[in-house]
Amino acid sequence: MSIVSFSVNGEQRTLDVPPMRRLLDVLREELRLTGTKEGCGEGECGSCSILMNGELVNSCLVPALHAEGATIRTVEGMADEARLHPIQQCFLEKGGAQCGICTPGMLLATEHLLAKYPNPTDEQIREGLAGNLCRCTGYMRIFEAVREAASLHPSKAQLA
Amino acid sequence: MLGEISRMAAPASNQIVGTPVLRKEGVAKVRGSAQYVDDLELPEMLHGATVRSTIARGRIRSITFDPSIAWGEYIIVTSRDIPGKNTIVHLFEDHLCLADDLVSHVAEPILLLAHADKAKLPAAAAAVKIEYEPLPAVFTIEESESRQTAIWGEDNTFKTYLMEKGDPDSVWATADYIVEGEYTTGAQEQLYIENNGCIAEWSDTEGVTVYGSMQCPYYLHHALMLAFDLPADKCRVVQTETGGAFGGKEDFPSVIGTHAALLAKKSGRPVKIIYDRGEDMASTTKRHPSRTRHRTAVSKDGKLLGAEIEFAIDGGAYCTLSPVVLSRGTIHAGGCYFWPNLRVRSKAMATNIPPHGAFRGFGAPQSLFALERHMDKIARVVGISGEELRRRNFLHPGNHTATGQLVADPIDMNAMLDRVLSASDFHAKQARFVETNRRSPIQRGVGLASFMHGAGFTGSGERRLNSLVKLEADAQGRIVLLVSSAEFGQGTNTILCQVAAQALQIPYEQVLIAQPDTHRVPNSGPTVASRTAMIVGKLVQTACENLLATLRESGLLEEQHSAAQFCHACIAHREQHGSLTGEARYQSPGDIFWDDDKYKGDAYPAFAWAHYVAEVAVDTRTYQATCEGFWAIQEVGKVLHPTLAAGQIEGGVAQGIGYALYERCEYKDGHLRNNQMTNYIMPTGADLPPIHVLFEEIPSIHGAFGAKGIGELPMDGPAPAILNAIYSAIGIDFDAIPLLPEDIFARMMRQSSGGSEDLKPEEAGPYYSRSAPQDEGLEVPA
Repeated sequence: MSIVSFSVNGEQRTLDVPPMRRLLDVLREELRLTGTKEGCGEGECGSCSILMNGELVNSCLVPALHAEGATIRTVEGMADEARLHPIQQCFLEKGGAQCGICTPGMLLATEHLLAKYPNPTDEQIREGLAGNLCRCTGYMRIFEAVREAASLHPSKAQLA
Repeated sequence: MLGEISRMAAPASNQIVGTPVLRKEGVAKVRGSAQYVDDLELPEMLHGATVRSTIARGRIRSITFDPSIAWGEYIIVTSRDIPGKNTIVHLFEDHLCLADDLVSHVAEPILLLAHADKAKLPAAAAAVKIEYEPLPAVFTIEESESRQTAIWGEDNTFKTYLMEKGDPDSVWATADYIVEGEYTTGAQEQLYIENNGCIAEWSDTEGVTVYGSMQCPYYLHHALMLAFDLPADKCRVVQTETGGAFGGKEDFPSVIGTHAALLAKKSGRPVKIIYDRGEDMASTTKRHPSRTRHRTAVSKDGKLLGAEIEFAIDGGAYCTLSPVVLSRGTIHAGGCYFWPNLRVRSKAMATNIPPHGAFRGFGAPQSLFALERHMDKIARVVGISGEELRRRNFLHPGNHTATGQLVADPIDMNAMLDRVLSASDFHAKQARFVETNRRSPIQRGVGLASFMHGAGFTGSGERRLNSLVKLEADAQGRIVLLVSSAEFGQGTNTILCQVAAQALQIPYEQVLIAQPDTHRVPNSGPTVASRTAMIVGKLVQTACENLLATLRESGLLEEQHSAAQFCHACIAHREQHGSLTGEARYQSPGDIFWDDDKYKGDAYPAFAWAHYVAEVAVDTRTYQATCEGFWAIQEVGKVLHPTLAAGQIEGGVAQGIGYALYERCEYKDGHLRNNQMTNYIMPTGADLPPIHVLFEEIPSIHGAFGAKGIGELPMDGPAPAILNAIYSAIGIDFDAIPLLPEDIFARMMRQSSGGSEDLKPEEAGPYYSRSAPQDEGLEVPA
């Protein structure tokens, strides 16, 4: 077991966990942040995407020890009690979420994309979300949600 | 600032059906707070695992437990722990819950384990040593139909159908051309992103409760009653938020749900079983592989005179839903054309592959792939375009389908085709690509497929289901829908609430829908077969009318009412009578008849109609075919929700593109070798073209506010449209899907001219004109 300390959604957490435990399991089981989903367990589907120090990572591939000192953002950190984050609102309105299981990862991938390219081209959107699989939508409405989010004032769509 | 973008949240007028209201459970989904089964933890919960067969067929000789494991810590369940029948009931009772003697496929469940520590399960499962006496196994339709090895019943056959119209034997003598072809399709994984999972609880007094990811709570309910020998009221099934299904959670949850329940009973504690991706892909159902043979008589002016179609599907090791899949595939085998004479023989064969099951389209994508490829070949034999051949043979209002069903809707297939050809710039592209293909290693083409898809259960299915829908008013005067129809992304919650709100003339927000729980909601049938919007929606509409009548008869509501008046009337009725409910039970429309024995009559209450156009590019250096543009026009009755409806079409088209060009199940000795997302490739956002969706709306009398089914339709058209486009690009006929670069490579290497094919039977492969011997030309291209 190892003591690991990191910040999640603005809150500092210190845990005693097996060092090679998947960060995905630490988030879901130790911290009960179940918005981060497991789809494949091998870094293909992107359902477990989170932001770690601003980078988009598959939390199923990150050992807990690797998160030492990191700043982590999960889907639970996007909205506040009363209001959705603009990206979430756009996914909701544009039909970007169907079954919802890829949605948390997709939202964080979108946030990451818009931080990098505030006005992304269609090609940048397609490439930027290519690590996140969705079996329901055919991606068209997800792309539309991303374009809508980008069209809002940049201050609204970037990291809160 | 968020207020600015929530402008779409509330529909302004009293028109709710047809508007893009927000998805009912959408906020929870985008917040990440929606509770899927793996997000639930119950006190004292154990985790379950399944010990599975490692061979395709054989007898279990012995089961030994490696002494290196502390077995006393584990709950162990075998078939001897099943209180009732050792079966997972679907249509028959052949499917074992846990194998006890004979195993019939790789990954067949034999034994179940549970432990409080999930991490202690994989090593324990591996430490259960099972010895087998191997038996010969069967892996293909051909091996199964040869009957050299008997693996199921007397003849390895789950089901056969014979569908006949006119006198198909009479057409061959007078035909100008006879065109034959053989077409095959592979297995396809549903690949919902949430794997199968369930949590079960046991109580000696209350019986068994299962929570899980599923489409059909009452299917699992029925399976539990049989396996546990319990009455209906001692079995309870609750659907949790479901992360995609596509048919893959129609029949399979009966297996995993019963397993979790057996462990819960033995341990006396809640037990959760969640498959990981590898186990889910290796052991759960897939789309049935198929083989279709066509022999078609055509006149020189391109009229279809008659045909013989032989349709065969690989059902896998147990019957599961194969007869029903076969039925839909059989009825759709003749497609959207007028056949004066037609005979379709079909069969579902047993193999020692894990059972195949429901997947969006349910047999129709298989037989329609064959037909729509075959239509393009017939056109070339006749010497007209595929478009023209289709136009000369479309079903029109007043015609009868292959089952003798009158086409009653005022459908105009020619006008729809005009619209999609224009939207896709089809003819101009065809001409342009002939030019550009001369100068480029990237060869482009456009292809077309026309088809229809029946909505609702086939034949007498809806009558047998006898679905029931209920509504009740809550204490605030809101209406709660009680249906067993499940939401798994397709929009059930939203559209049923829209229908109720419209019927009751109250705001969408004032209608709620209950979580499907067999202790609370009646059996409104399974969430399958493109039946929810049409059949269940109509029942919701009728139940609302009944509820309004109750309020009016009791003098609490006028003919015209405001939302507030309705709300007050509901509350007043509850105060006077204790409750306010409404219900509606399915009644077969008087004008729909189906004869199961003769396989004739009205196969479906309604059909949706469609033309799909694919534009492809084949890179002749990498042999990769890519779909670069897609246009889908469909007539689906009234579109209840434009965003959700388009989302259904786009998602289905994406799965269809995957079916055609990406997704292959590689089996070796009955093992799925690529049971990972790493090597089973589904399309990413970067792989898909823009998908353009066009609707025609002809309200149907059979559906809620005129809606027809929509969910399965988009799975039917992409594969044939894409392979037709590939022919247009490189002049090679491919008759098998999936079609991956290695397949294109192998075939192009065989071509002496490096691409173009003519119609000489010896070169053209699986089709020929009447001058050729009849049993040649059935070879499938490698």
